[in-house]
Amino acid sequence: MIRELARSGRVVITGLGAVTPLGIGVEKFWQNCLNGVSGVHRISLIDPEPFPTKIAAEVLDFQAEDWMERKDARRVDRAIAMAVAAARLALDDSTIVLTDELKDEFGVFIGSGIGGLNVMHENTRIMYERGPSKVSPFWVPYMIANMPGGIVSILNDLRGPNVAAVTACSTGANSIGDAYHVIKRGDAKMMLAGGVEAPINDIGVAAFCAARAMSTRNDEPQRASRPFDLDRDGFVMGEAAGVMVLEELEHAIARGAKIYAEIVGYGMTADAYHITGVHPEGRGARNAMLRALDRAGVSPHRVDYINAHGTSTPIGDPAETLAIKGAFGDHAHKVAISSTKSMTGHTLGAAGAIESMVCALAIRDQKVPPTINYETPDPACDLDYVPNVMRELPIEYALNNSFGFGGHNVSLLLKRV
Amino acid sequence: MSEDILSRVRKVTVEELSVKEEEVLESSSFQDDLGADSLDVVELVMALEDEFGIEIPDDEVGEIKTVGAAVEYIEKKLPK
Repeated sequence: MIRELARSGRVVITGLGAVTPLGIGVEKFWQNCLNGVSGVHRISLIDPEPFPTKIAAEVLDFQAEDWMERKDARRVDRAIAMAVAAARLALDDSTIVLTDELKDEFGVFIGSGIGGLNVMHENTRIMYERGPSKVSPFWVPYMIANMPGGIVSILNDLRGPNVAAVTACSTGANSIGDAYHVIKRGDAKMMLAGGVEAPINDIGVAAFCAARAMSTRNDEPQRASRPFDLDRDGFVMGEAAGVMVLEELEHAIARGAKIYAEIVGYGMTADAYHITGVHPEGRGARNAMLRALDRAGVSPHRVDYINAHGTSTPIGDPAETLAIKGAFGDHAHKVAISSTKSMTGHTLGAAGAIESMVCALAIRDQKVPPTINYETPDPACDLDYVPNVMRELPIEYALNNSFGFGGHNVSLLLKRV
Repeated sequence: MSEDILSRVRKVTVEELSVKEEEVLESSSFQDDLGADSLDVVELVMALEDEFGIEIPDDEVGEIKTVGAAVEYIEKKLPK
């Protein structure tokens, strides 16, 4: 493969694919974000009655059959089907024409926090009820967390680098950041990058209930996810797939592609503190933000919008607030911050991907989506969280934060082109 | 050859391999004609076990390469 000498190493976003509780397709998702619509309802995928938490953010109108051949659709894990759909939407949105030559230069980084939990759970039940000989031969391929990206590469014949990050709730952001690095260093011209999670089944709900991490505001589903509000009581589980097309700037310009935003900074750190708890001063989160800014050579005061991790947990939101103050100083009180998890719920491995999309769309439209359900200020969360109503705002730089169990912290900095 | 068994094998094959019923002939090879890969065959065999209430040991799966061979195998296995 011959490489051009004049590569700038700049990477832009040229396609978005969203399969979310706020809609399938990026424009529907985005309009609902701006309108402050909640995607949280009583769980319909399973009977929620046995569980303390009976609400979640589901992609209600998603059918695998709409996106894959029937033979595959009827047996793949829901996570795989959602990733396939999001990848298809992103490719279509980018209007790329895939040539044989380009397919060698087109990679896929799609991760999942858990992987094919539905297939894993269902076959574990089958094994205990009917014996080991009844376990599906597809258990292994459909359970492993790298298979969404594997199948996306197979279905679209994309033959470049292919890796799946597994960093819990920062998976989607790591996938995009790592894909950005791949293009930046010249290992691919284009990448599909993002994350997927389909955790709403008996074991998934039971396990997150057992971790005491989820809201139990079952009688008011749409008010349950309330990041930074004083009365928050945990996150709301969501399912989603978010996949974006990343592209070398020169390649995008040469084909006249529509460009949403440029990725200019990627910061990663670890808390090195606790398996599920965040560092109380947000040390790792602060340093991830600072690194993303430093790599881009951008001063903190130039950031106009932060899409916060903001999961609506009692401990996480104040720690992120402290981390933002640590990274931004006085500017922390001026920058617009919102958590779209107030609407999408927490989509775990997909969160960083769909929230990076929010940043790209915020830059495109110069609009900040709100944090809904923000009613009672918490003294420990005293920044501008863009409460309840969308805001028009000049946005040059937008930052996305994603933090995961295990202490993974990721910040991505996007710039208007 | 039992028409009843044949029609049930064809039904299971249509369901498991998502093929059209008219494609599933007695002579059809699951892998060569009906697009099954090795994992599809394992799943198909498991579905046949369920349909007919029989056990098909791994070392006998090799006998079941075509629809007709599956019918003959099942006829042998079913209680008379």
